Amino acid sequence: MISEPAVPDSARAAFIAGALSCAPVALGVLVYGLVFGALAAQAGLSLGETATMNAIVFAGSAQFVALGLWAMPPPIVALSVATFLINFRFFLMAATMGPVLRGWSRPRALLALLWVTDENWAITMAEGERRHWGAFFLGTGAVLYVTWLAAGVIGHGLGAVVADPKRWGLDFAFTVVFLTLAVGLARRRRAPLMWIVSAGAALLADRLLSGTMLGSSAPVLVGGLAGAAVAALTPRGADAA
Amino acid sequence: MQPEVLLAFLAMAAVSYLIRVAGFLVGGRLHEHPRLRAALDQLPAAILIALVAPKLLHGAPAEWLAAVAVIGIAWFVDLLLIPLVVGVAAVVVLRGIL
Repeated sequence: MISEPAVPDSARAAFIAGALSCAPVALGVLVYGLVFGALAAQAGLSLGETATMNAIVFAGSAQFVALGLWAMPPPIVALSVATFLINFRFFLMAATMGPVLRGWSRPRALLALLWVTDENWAITMAEGERRHWGAFFLGTGAVLYVTWLAAGVIGHGLGAVVADPKRWGLDFAFTVVFLTLAVGLARRRRAPLMWIVSAGAALLADRLLSGTMLGSSAPVLVGGLAGAAVAALTPRGADAA
Repeated sequence: MQPEVLLAFLAMAAVSYLIRVAGFLVGGRLHEHPRLRAALDQLPAAILIALVAPKLLHGAPAEWLAAVAVIGIAWFVDLLLIPLVVGVAAVVVLRGIL
């Protein structure tokens, strides 16, 4: 895509620079992807299904949550709602992509948005405005996309080997991943009231709504919205730019 | 692959993608609404906390102790790999002891 003749060499250099600067993060995504693949196998997804999901959804957190909700037939409404809530942050990230993709044709810019994810978006923003910023962004996205796809497939294979995930503590890996991501986000934005309200609302929903149609997604929806409401209503939230 | 499975993936992909397209098209306008922006900003953290809280409550002391270790490490280390390895190793050891 980037190697079309109309693109000058400097765009290619920016693409490579983006890919290289994303390499350390790719290591984290690799482990994350291996765990995802193993858990996908555990949740009953075939290798082909896991690869397909990684290729077309390409959204780590939402995919982990999807495994938690997974059943046959898949609860499409619950999966879509959970995906919407978890990935709604992409709305804001994509809103900042205008300068990155400046000068691109509308179809190409819209296509590039497929690769907006937390890690490579952050690296692209940290790089700051530069020549061929869009190509740089594509480089970061390409590395994470390939890593995520490969790690899921390998992890799925390893997952099938691990007969008893509990023995290896792999069942706890889910919790560790969520906890680590939550701590990382919480550390960057201190909002203790929001954390308490989210956790409290989630536990309440877990107790009261776990038998309903929402099932295990109820704590995510209720806790997530309660926490966001607190962020909107506290003066501190209004101050944060 | 069963059609319902592919349909579920496509629904998730479409939702994720349309959010990005909408965000891109709306552009910087949301930044003018600080409260809404603050809410959206905190939503991922709120969701992750909401996700992990019931999991921990349903766990045993081995999980709780390992979770404390994970929180401590994750607070200081950005790389997911380290809390992941320590957390999983800790829970295996603690389950053996407790």
